[in-house]
Amino acid sequence: MSRNGLRKREPPTDTAFLLTITICMFMAMYILAVIFLGDKGFSKPQTFFNLLNEYAALIVLSCGLSVVMISGGIDISVGGVTALICMTCVVYLEDAGGGFLGAVLISLGIGLAFGVVHGFLVAYLKIQPFIVTLAGMFFARGATALVNLDQVQAKNAAFTAVSRVRILIPGVGSFTKRGVFVPAYIEIGVIVALLIVILLFLMLKYTKFGRGLYAVGGNAQSALMLGINVSRTKFFAYVLTGLLAGVGGMLYFLHTGSGSVVQASGLEMDAIASSIIGGTLLSGGVGNIIGTLFGVLIRGTIYTIVTAIGAQGPWWTGITISALLCFFIVLQSVITSRKKR
Amino acid sequence: MADIVSIIRKITKHHLFVPIICLFLVILFNLIDNPQFFRLEMRTSSAGYPTLFGSIISVLNNGTELVFLAIGMTLVTAASGGQDISVGSTIAIAGCVIMRVLCGTETQVYELHNLVIVAVVLGCLAGMLAGAFNGILVSVFRIQPMVATLILFTAGRSIGSMVLGGNKPMVHVDAFSYWGNFIPGIPIPTPIFFALAGVIVIFLVLKFTNLALYAQSVGINENASRLNGLNPRSVKMMTYIIMGVCVGIAAFLQVSRQSSINPITITKNIEMDAILAVALGGNALSGGKFSMAGSVIGAYTIQALSTTLSTHNVPSEGVPAYKAIIIILIVIVQAPVVKEFFGKFWGNLTKKSSGTIRKVA
Repeated sequence: MSRNGLRKREPPTDTAFLLTITICMFMAMYILAVIFLGDKGFSKPQTFFNLLNEYAALIVLSCGLSVVMISGGIDISVGGVTALICMTCVVYLEDAGGGFLGAVLISLGIGLAFGVVHGFLVAYLKIQPFIVTLAGMFFARGATALVNLDQVQAKNAAFTAVSRVRILIPGVGSFTKRGVFVPAYIEIGVIVALLIVILLFLMLKYTKFGRGLYAVGGNAQSALMLGINVSRTKFFAYVLTGLLAGVGGMLYFLHTGSGSVVQASGLEMDAIASSIIGGTLLSGGVGNIIGTLFGVLIRGTIYTIVTAIGAQGPWWTGITISALLCFFIVLQSVITSRKKR
Repeated sequence: MADIVSIIRKITKHHLFVPIICLFLVILFNLIDNPQFFRLEMRTSSAGYPTLFGSIISVLNNGTELVFLAIGMTLVTAASGGQDISVGSTIAIAGCVIMRVLCGTETQVYELHNLVIVAVVLGCLAGMLAGAFNGILVSVFRIQPMVATLILFTAGRSIGSMVLGGNKPMVHVDAFSYWGNFIPGIPIPTPIFFALAGVIVIFLVLKFTNLALYAQSVGINENASRLNGLNPRSVKMMTYIIMGVCVGIAAFLQVSRQSSINPITITKNIEMDAILAVALGGNALSGGKFSMAGSVIGAYTIQALSTTLSTHNVPSEGVPAYKAIIIILIVIVQAPVVKEFFGKFWGNLTKKSSGTIRKVA
């Protein structure tokens, strides 16, 4: 018998284990939906691409949360920041007569500013990240109301032109009842979101900063002893999350094209839930961007299924997501406590 | 010279220094800016009874829910080193349970289906159940409190809607609205009496039971208190269940005030106020020692701040921005890094004045 045969198989890492659960869950959910709800549109490829269109912003925001959660922190301000960005951009485009490029710069700037402040308070003043970003969330929400109270629709020509760009997917589509082929399409935001997913995946896997994030989140003390600058790593994790919140906010604005005070309410919880469902450990050190992508898709699928079934009352989405969130949080707690023994 | 320094030090080190200074600042601002704030007058209410009216009364009246939440939040913070961010949502659950018991499935109610006390007890039970859920996640599964309560934060308002089946019932019974407004003949709003009773009860509980001692020791060092024969799990659980009772009472006052309920908007953002009250009370948000009096003063300070902002025509949606800045300033001042920095700074200052004495020694 060869030596390889004798070697004990290594148990899968937590990251791989949680990622497998997530992907299997998504597959099972979507296949069941296609089987049982095929007549409600689930068999059309466009339904899947609509998931991406609808949740491009959430993908980017959840990626940001994964980054900060891997480093052992959390950011619950992203929903508020998104609302602030939408409102500021729409006011800038409509009332101040600004251009599209300016709006993009504004949204990135707002996100970056929140990220820098959060990062400084958490990494260098060592304040609990939850408190800091909770304050950030309320500040963003309040500031949104102070910018403008009414709901505004963006009518800027350049903006609407960009938001209406549809990229057709060659060879994929469905036939209407008359037999006309309708190709499936994605919006421009999806390209940005997927690009960010790939970039972050590579960054987390192959760069010094990315590996540092895992080390800091897993055990800050050992990371310090290994010569990693813990404070700086945490700081840049928040800055990156802030920047991604800026991108996500812009994509959200691009999709909805309007700004209002109540917009994107609960988006931070969706993002956190997606990230957790995607296998990111809340205690830090474990997580995967691909899992996060699937986490968002699972959330979207649940929403689509609940709408398709037409369940009694709109509250079932919230309850299902929370139940799923609860399941994953408890699962994580069991995994971490098993590891400590 | 040294005497004055030591007296100042004694005063600034007192645990009620921060909350009282904050309340004083808000009052001072109003005194200079808007003396109308302190006017009290008797007005005749729509029902034809004389009632007290004024900004101070409205602060005391509207702050009642916050006082109850601050009491619960202080205990939760002390024992588990984290905050319960689900209180706004669990108020929605408890409020919906109360309305469901009182109204059944009708939308316009002219006669209550059950006794009010039954509804209140069931509402408190719903709150305790939610608290127990959070408590189990925190104590048994050892999940960070803010993450564990995130679940009900997301789900609470949906559960509330489900309990009511999507209805938004209106109660047209005068006797029901007495609890949240005025009892005929008494010019002081009823919630003020609730707040008074709540504060007295919690102070008696803290004085005559070991709750405070247990919660603090678990918050300071969980392992040490376990080795001393305490059960940290049940202590944490207890604080979350007490929080649930506070939520139930707050929910009852809230629905009685409005005689109706909208689970999506009721007590929105109140979790921020409750956390802020605890922080303003001079309590460390990382757990351990606490001061209940500080939290109660903190709660009224927040309410005074909200009332002040709304008299200055700040839209109610914009108020959180100001509160967020205040909470950040408080936590910055409380942060160990900042304290250490200023401690050195202060030490250098005093060293210069007492340098001669040290040389002799």
